[in-house]
Amino acid sequence: MVKVFIYPSNSLILSDLIDRFGHEPLAVMREVGKKIRTAGLDSPPINITPEDPKIGLKYAAVEVPSGVRGRMALLGPLLEEAEAAVIVMEPDIAFGCMGCARTNELVNFLVRTKDIPILELDYPRTEEDAKAFVHMIHDFTDGLGKGDK
Amino acid sequence: MNDDDIISKMIVLHSTFTLPSDVVIRIYESKADITVKETCFGLIIEGKRSVVDEVAREIRTIDPNRIFIKERGVPPGDPYRCRVGRGGGPKPGFHQHETEFTFLPYITSALEEIERGEGKGKKMTRSLPIHIETFKDIIEKEVA
Repeated sequence: MVKVFIYPSNSLILSDLIDRFGHEPLAVMREVGKKIRTAGLDSPPINITPEDPKIGLKYAAVEVPSGVRGRMALLGPLLEEAEAAVIVMEPDIAFGCMGCARTNELVNFLVRTKDIPILELDYPRTEEDAKAFVHMIHDFTDGLGKGDK
Repeated sequence: MNDDDIISKMIVLHSTFTLPSDVVIRIYESKADITVKETCFGLIIEGKRSVVDEVAREIRTIDPNRIFIKERGVPPGDPYRCRVGRGGGPKPGFHQHETEFTFLPYITSALEEIERGEGKGKKMTRSLPIHIETFKDIIEKEVA
């Protein structure tokens, strides 16, 4: 079983497909879950604590906005574990109030600096593209070796 | 990652013949020690990682190509996420869910193709950006 970093990191489709094809998806939900379930003063609703931007310093310089560094505190550990990656380019849902374009760029850059197999895709907009999207992920995960599930 | 960690998983159904209640009954039958919450999109289950993973694998067998599963950060009925205590409005995560939900039928048909051994090597068609010279021609034609 290979640990596959997925981007967008909270994608249902990517997470499901990677799991279905026998590998372990590295999704941000796991990191959020750890934070939420660890008892302490900074329990929910604060998912990102003042400590997180400091952890994010490992990935981004101090003059980078704290929002980017806070997000990197969640995504960074996943990136370090990654043995392969499936990246969807410019997903609509990664922008606006939920997303952060600079974090997205940084994550994409850091993934590329690692020497791991990467599959780059676009979000499908038609039925044919959606089918090809699944087939490409299937072929990619097949090439990573058989899962043991 | 510890097997005793408490985790939640979202079970999203996009099926015309499997209902959340069918899945719930299967979970009750399994006597697994987990919390189950029925939702508009399917279910949320919570419990020890080893148990939740096992139940998720079992649930998938009910309707493999129409049941989609992902891990969820927050527990079921979390007061900071659940709309009951937030006075309405979309809850965090809704927009992502809404965007991807529209593709699920296509994902299902692709998974059925894989099951039949069809479509291997299919590639997405990537629309390339328009060339600057072509764009200049268009501008000249439109302005003239």
